[in-house]
Amino acid sequence: MDLKLKIWRQANQNSKGELKDYNIKNVSADSSFLEMMDQLNEELIEKGEDPVVFDHDCREGICGMCSLHINGEPHGPENATTTCQLHMRKFKDGDTIFIEPWRARAFPVVKDLSVDRGAFDRIIQSGGYVSVNTSGNTLDANALPVPKADADEAFNAATCIGCGACVAACPNASAMLFVSAKVSQLSLLPQGKVEAKDRVLNMVNQMDLEGFGNCSNVGACAEECPKEISLENIARMNREYLGASLASSK
Amino acid sequence: MSITGLFLISFLIVHLLGNLQLLDLSVEGQEKFNVYAKFMTTFPLIKIVSYVLYFSILFHAIDGIALARQNRAARPERYKSWKPNTNSIWASRNMGLLGVIILAFIIMHMSQFWYTMHWGPIGTDAQGNKDLASVVITTYQDGTAGMIFVLLYVISMAAIAFHLWHGFASAFQTFGLNHKRYTPFIKKLGYGFSVVVPLLYAIIPVYILMAKN
Repeated sequence: MDLKLKIWRQANQNSKGELKDYNIKNVSADSSFLEMMDQLNEELIEKGEDPVVFDHDCREGICGMCSLHINGEPHGPENATTTCQLHMRKFKDGDTIFIEPWRARAFPVVKDLSVDRGAFDRIIQSGGYVSVNTSGNTLDANALPVPKADADEAFNAATCIGCGACVAACPNASAMLFVSAKVSQLSLLPQGKVEAKDRVLNMVNQMDLEGFGNCSNVGACAEECPKEISLENIARMNREYLGASLASSK
Repeated sequence: MSITGLFLISFLIVHLLGNLQLLDLSVEGQEKFNVYAKFMTTFPLIKIVSYVLYFSILFHAIDGIALARQNRAARPERYKSWKPNTNSIWASRNMGLLGVIILAFIIMHMSQFWYTMHWGPIGTDAQGNKDLASVVITTYQDGTAGMIFVLLYVISMAAIAFHLWHGFASAFQTFGLNHKRYTPFIKKLGYGFSVVVPLLYAIIPVYILMAKN
């Protein structure tokens, strides 16, 4: 198929970007979206032009590295799918495709379609961990009884790959779905309960420091999430934050 | 936003129950309404609650504006292609706009009735009470101006309906109240509330206008 691409080109964080038009021919319907981008870059390199920078890694939909705001939606038109798992058969011959980076103050553009998602790393560093005994007497994981329902909920939250589609989709550029998934996956389990109060306070505080917007319960994040993280996590984090604010020793 | 929002929702119920008395346009009905209006402006407990209400409206508006500014700042560069209707409803994304319409309505509404009730000019009815019922009826029956006020009233109620369509359930989510068992009920209750309550409000001025002839 032949396509018309409108791709955001931006030399670096400080320069002003713009949409540039590209025509690409003979794209296989079986290729993935990123393979189509590879094909475009091959052509650009052969012509001696600067290839389009975009993030990617595993291309299996599990690493959270790929992004791209495609035709007005994070990860494109298909539900519960990352950009790398999106296939060109979802588009028609002659389509015009807008390709933009995630847009948020907290995610500055590095180049073209690649954004710096270091804000997520700093949020994790602020509390997204459990302190464990590493003296050699580590308790066997199965020795701690965990109710099946809790284990399932924690696992569902833990499927968040931290891609940032929730921020990209949110009209407020809020990171609440990501942070609440990370808070939930730990606080639901006995190992995570010990530090639960400080964790939620620290992670929410870091989220605000990074300059993400506020949650107004629009729900676009959960709709666009490639891993279908539920809004129940945000409610759980709100509950924990309220409780921790009132009861924290800090 | 959620605490003041839920309080304002409870106010909507009380205010509606009082104002539905205006559907009785007989002399006795009007006098009954004036007795009620006097009670609402003089009874000490109601006075205290009314100050809480004024504070809630102001806080809800100021906090809303502050949050909207932060949210705008969180995305300095907008998307060129943006299809929000695929993932969310219009009302949820335009609570600020709807809020501004509602605030403008509240200012108009209070200057028409609340201000007049307190500082006049206002006549008295046969029982010697301030005749607020006549003020209301005159406002909505007064020729072209009356028709415009009725229209503005109905538009504002539509804005409140959309505001509540998102806001009602959203307030519970903010408190962390989200559960498979009761969240579907809260959502349905919110949708019902956001349609029925503004509709009943809107009926009052429309009925008064139509009763003119």
